Amino acid sequence: MPSSTPGSAFNDVIPLQRMKTKKAHKDPHDRHPFVEQLSQMWRNKTAIAGLIIITIFVLTAIIAPLISPHDPLETSLYDQLRPPVWYDDGTWKNILGTDDLGRDILSRIIWGARVSLIVAVVSVSLAFVFGTLLGAVSGYYKGKVDNLIMRIMDIILAFPYILLAIVVVAYLGPSLRNAMIAIGITYIPRFARIVRGSVLEECEKDYVTAARAIGARDFRIIFIAIIPNCLGPLIVQTTLSFASAILDAAALSFLGLGAQPPTPEWGAMIASSRSLILRASWVMTIPGIAILFAVLGFNLLGDGLRDALDPRLRD
Amino acid sequence: MLAYVIRRIFILIPTLLGMSLIVFLMLHFTPGDPAELLMGERATDEALAQIREHLGLNEPIHVQYGMFLKRLAKGDLGETIWTRQKVWTEVKQRFPATIELALVALFISCFFGIVFGIISATKQYSIFDYISMVGALAGVSMPIFWLGLVFMLIFSINLGWLPISGRLGIEYDIETITNFYIVDALLTRNWPALKDALWHIIMPAVTLSTIPMAIVARMTRSAMLEVLRQDYIKTAKAKGLSQFMVIFKHALRNALIPVVTTIGLQFGVLLGGAILTETIFAWPGVGKWMYDAVMQRDYMVIQGGTLFIAAIFIVINLCVDVLYAVINPRISVQ
Repeated sequence: MPSSTPGSAFNDVIPLQRMKTKKAHKDPHDRHPFVEQLSQMWRNKTAIAGLIIITIFVLTAIIAPLISPHDPLETSLYDQLRPPVWYDDGTWKNILGTDDLGRDILSRIIWGARVSLIVAVVSVSLAFVFGTLLGAVSGYYKGKVDNLIMRIMDIILAFPYILLAIVVVAYLGPSLRNAMIAIGITYIPRFARIVRGSVLEECEKDYVTAARAIGARDFRIIFIAIIPNCLGPLIVQTTLSFASAILDAAALSFLGLGAQPPTPEWGAMIASSRSLILRASWVMTIPGIAILFAVLGFNLLGDGLRDALDPRLRD
Repeated sequence: MLAYVIRRIFILIPTLLGMSLIVFLMLHFTPGDPAELLMGERATDEALAQIREHLGLNEPIHVQYGMFLKRLAKGDLGETIWTRQKVWTEVKQRFPATIELALVALFISCFFGIVFGIISATKQYSIFDYISMVGALAGVSMPIFWLGLVFMLIFSINLGWLPISGRLGIEYDIETITNFYIVDALLTRNWPALKDALWHIIMPAVTLSTIPMAIVARMTRSAMLEVLRQDYIKTAKAKGLSQFMVIFKHALRNALIPVVTTIGLQFGVLLGGAILTETIFAWPGVGKWMYDAVMQRDYMVIQGGTLFIAAIFIVINLCVDVLYAVINPRISVQ
């Protein structure tokens, strides 16, 4: 949160909330609602399972160069299609085996985590920033602006599933960067809708009227007063979007529209192993399991967060 | 009711226009000469000049959009770059395969999704509930293109139970009436072909149904739990109705209302997922056709196919909304 200018009358309206968080730890019965909600999540086993998977995924992505046993791009003519270690003729040198070019699959999976994480962070950030901005403007100014923005969002939503992403990449040209842009664009409406709804609701409340009365600028009211109040659903949506962004990026790469060879991307790895399905099924199955787990991690956490942060859905 | 439907149809118009605008602009903002994009790199100068003339590419952009809409209104989606066929003819040929696959997948996902959802809700926190809900979460996290390949590996390659790809074995011939092979085989009483068509559709349909099934199961469970807590269910139980009657006659009816909306929304997932599934199983539908077009950079097909699929999706959503108003009289149609 940006620092507020000292002495402005507006300060008296907003910091009430901040003061509450500071005192939060003293009395367990008087915690900030957000802290209360997060501690609720802590009791949710599935959310913790998700958090553990995500931690492993993110750590793998960050320290990939340290833990990867081989160079993910290094081909080796002598080591083509070595089976994983649990097969009779598997070796510990290539724990998960090698692909048709003799590249170590474990190393490619580890580096693939980095690619997937980058794709997810970039595309979701893109959607988050533009979605929040558009949603806030839409909900705050209402009227014609609102109508226009929301109609555009409706149009984006009118394209089924990943069709729009496929079409955008088809025109921009296949590359990982364009796949990120495409996924980012298709996710904008999710964020815009949440923020618009919250802003519409919050605008009616007294604290916004008060802030307006003392002459706070619109920008300040929206981003310092209103947005923090709809953080809950935004966090949930962000987490779930991470899951679908990883999945969609893998699907685009599988179709040859995302990461290009020899990038170690999970979806692209599955695509290039399709012809090997009869001879070396592990080249195809292993990257899929990696995708499944990474996506499952974010879905588990997202679900847990939704139960914790969205009181309407709480049992 | 009629007024509601008419009003909804009017709301569709700007969405459809906006969609056509997006598809139209995409071609024009793609770097390079649109005429060359449409005709391919090997096109002759005369051919380029001809397409420029035909599509009005020398006119200002708003005039071009007007011409584009005019052609759309006549059902003219242009010609494909590679096969020089009318895009509309090709769509018509392939669409039954896609819709057949999508409907079978929809049926599978609704049936199993609703059954699992009901059992989970009635036995909340039981081991069945736990397993099916973790399964559902895994289902929504599943890369379906990978799942399809795994099915192929298990059921076609290792066990040899199901055909690996395609829609019908070459030794069979079905008289085309509706172009839905299952329906046509039934109508002509061609039992061996019917069996073969069913054997071919199982794997792609199950693959495609995974995500919707998981979503429907989760939705059914939570809607059912919500309904089972209400007083009228207690009343029904108190007056001595059997568990079966309470669940299927009283609870399910109300619980299904939100589920129907969810099922309608799943059609988008099915249409989009069809691109992935059809590609894997070489299913000769619109999805595979679009994929091939993307690979060959056939922009006329991409343009036409996108508009077609999106328009179908919008119409289905409209039907779902109307259906929703019909089955749930509490919703005011204002």
